[in-house]
Amino acid sequence: MPPIPPRLVMRGIRKTFGSTIALGRVDLEVLPGEVHALVGENGAGKSTLMKILSGAHLPDGGEMEVDGKPYRPHNPLDARAAGVGMIYQELSIAPHLTVEENIVLGMEPMKGLFVDRKAMRARTLEALAHFDHPDIRPETLAGNLSVSALQLVEIGRSLAMGCKLLVFDEPTSSLAQKDIERLFTLIDRLKAQGISIIYISHFLEEVKRLASRLTVLRDGSVIGTRDVSTVTPEEVVALMVGRDVKDLYPRTAHQPGEKLLEIRSLSGRKKPIEVNLDLHRGEVVGIAGLVGSGRTEFLRALFGLDPMSGGEALVRGKNGAANPRMRWQEGLGFLSENRKEEGLALNLSIADNITLTCLERFGKAGTLSPRKQNAATAVWIERLGIKCQDPSQSVGALSGGNQQKTAFARLLEHDVDVLLLDEPTRGIDIAAKARIYEAINEVVTDSIRPRAVIIISSYLPELFGVCDRIAVMSLGKLTRAVPVEKLTPHDVMLVATGKAADLP
Amino acid sequence: MTALRLKSALTLLGPFIALLVVYGIFGMMNSKMFTEDVMLNILTQTVIVGTAAIGMTLIIIAGGIDLSVGSIIALCGVVAATLVTWHLSAPVIFIATIAFGALCGLINGGLTVGLRLLPFIITLGTMQVFRGAGKVATNGSPVNLPFDVTAYKPWMGGAGIPLGVWLMIVLVVLFGLLLRYTRFGRHIFAVGSNENTATLCGVNVGKVKLLVYTISGALAGLAGMMIMSKSSQGDPTTAMGMELDIIAAVVIGGASLSGGEGTVLGAVIGALLMTTIRTGCVLNGIPTPWTEVISGAIIVIAVIIDRLRHRKA
Repeated sequence: MPPIPPRLVMRGIRKTFGSTIALGRVDLEVLPGEVHALVGENGAGKSTLMKILSGAHLPDGGEMEVDGKPYRPHNPLDARAAGVGMIYQELSIAPHLTVEENIVLGMEPMKGLFVDRKAMRARTLEALAHFDHPDIRPETLAGNLSVSALQLVEIGRSLAMGCKLLVFDEPTSSLAQKDIERLFTLIDRLKAQGISIIYISHFLEEVKRLASRLTVLRDGSVIGTRDVSTVTPEEVVALMVGRDVKDLYPRTAHQPGEKLLEIRSLSGRKKPIEVNLDLHRGEVVGIAGLVGSGRTEFLRALFGLDPMSGGEALVRGKNGAANPRMRWQEGLGFLSENRKEEGLALNLSIADNITLTCLERFGKAGTLSPRKQNAATAVWIERLGIKCQDPSQSVGALSGGNQQKTAFARLLEHDVDVLLLDEPTRGIDIAAKARIYEAINEVVTDSIRPRAVIIISSYLPELFGVCDRIAVMSLGKLTRAVPVEKLTPHDVMLVATGKAADLP
Repeated sequence: MTALRLKSALTLLGPFIALLVVYGIFGMMNSKMFTEDVMLNILTQTVIVGTAAIGMTLIIIAGGIDLSVGSIIALCGVVAATLVTWHLSAPVIFIATIAFGALCGLINGGLTVGLRLLPFIITLGTMQVFRGAGKVATNGSPVNLPFDVTAYKPWMGGAGIPLGVWLMIVLVVLFGLLLRYTRFGRHIFAVGSNENTATLCGVNVGKVKLLVYTISGALAGLAGMMIMSKSSQGDPTTAMGMELDIIAAVVIGGASLSGGEGTVLGAVIGALLMTTIRTGCVLNGIPTPWTEVISGAIIVIAVIIDRLRHRKA
């Protein structure tokens, strides 16, 4: 009996765009029933590679095989016909069609001139049997379903085509915790049925949970493939960035100093409700909690972006007006969780974005020297490793990680005392995350003027990695902030989900 | 620095090349295009739209729009002509007319900022209000300047380059510098590029918008002075539809209607391009309806080129 061929083989895949080499020579092998993780910085070539796999791009060289047969898709429909399905971050579901119409979209079973609705229903039910979700019925309008349910419909579409290899691109980025669990269970089940999965993620925990092997891409080349069970996070990050990373969460001893911020019974319009919190120089306080619990609203009200309905926030003992201009003057800086909608002016330059809060430092009497702006910006480009052409390049042209570094650099350039960070590492690659953790550690341990940080994150390992104290927001109420040594992630989750009233 | 210069140079180069090509083509069809008279005529014809386009550029960069600008120009022309009939001195009339235009702009800005309504809707309304106000004040007939008043002729005519052309050039330089080398200029771009970011960064968004509309109104007032100087009357029905020419000039000049992009030099080049097309058509005996078709086509082409440019970047 001949040995079973791998589900997918990619050999020497090359792709160039103009003078840029997107992919050097990429080799990748995925076995039947294997979950294979693909990791790498933004711009490392993951998406180009997946576009080649799905037929959206043609490779310049190299060959591919699926189940031992040559595979050269010219478009996504080719790919699906050959058994390769893609589940993208942005779902491609038509909201005005029903679940079953979505599932057979583009490959509708026909009876003469008309769609064979009976066959369509049968195919749909077969696909939906993989996951029993009460909301997903063939006749439901897709627009009425939640994001997680739509993702399942998308997966169902690939399964209905008989796909044997599924590619998941950051599938958990828009899901709530319980939907993530449900997705993971489904992936386990698909794996058991012999379906192969390529899983792209910035979260090493997810990779550990699901995959058996991982392949690291850097600058368009495969750096290595490792067994997930034996590899350490530091090793993966080192492979990704090409330099040694001793500790993902660098930590020198923090020395809490003078009290910078005293928040007394601060309430917003609906949320938060009567928040109390003190913040001292040289400390990082984390705010955990579910999305929608009022964490973001708290920082926004504190910074004057949303109205405060009660309470006060004393900065160095003084109660100033809560509006962004005043807050910047008082030495507070806010990093928005939403860099595209709020954090950055995408068609302005990196220099303009970084210096927008303190333009008066770059010229007298209302004038402005772009040269000085660029010089100041060049410092941050160098120190944070922002990959760009020069300071006058528009921010929109940068990758997500580099955009986030730019937004973060604004706080550093303004030289604030208090950094209010709302999900500072959401959706960026691990290398960029590591840079931001380093920068946070640097500012709070500054020997002359240690700063203070409040950081909101949905990602508990991050909070436990960088914070001195953690408080949990639940239904608009914030617990006291407890030193991180006295906490476990479990304690935090209990409060966040309302199963416990307070931290131990 | 260099990349930015290169980019802004390319942005300007597009409309500039278009201008040269169009001018060259008409010139080949009729060599009169190359005479000093015609060149001067094109420049002079551009002054009114060009001056107003400078203000419109600021508004469009800030993410707004002003459909009432044509009406403001006509109304200010009426105001200026009326003041001339009162025998006030020229400097006083200039200042009063510009101030009146600024007031109109302030009304636009105030309504937009205060009511948080789309400027498109607000200025669609004020376009009618200002137009109507001019007609009400004059009973619908033009206010003619007295025959002995010649002080305003050199602004839009007479021997040599009219003063209005010089004025437009000075304004282009002034506002070009304002946009690039002042804090206010950067704030205009920030507000138009992403209002939320501007708010987050402590920029007083309302104040920036208010100022931008007021400045644009003032420049429309100046354009009203010029239209009065050119025709020796204040006609409440003049400059009908001119707002579209002005907006088109700004867009041809590389501005994005979604805000955050644009240059005043580009806008004036855009205005020049449109005047050149009209003049060229007249000289070559192309009927007016065809002139409209050609002007419209150029606008569409400019927008298509703009999209392509963005996709490449």
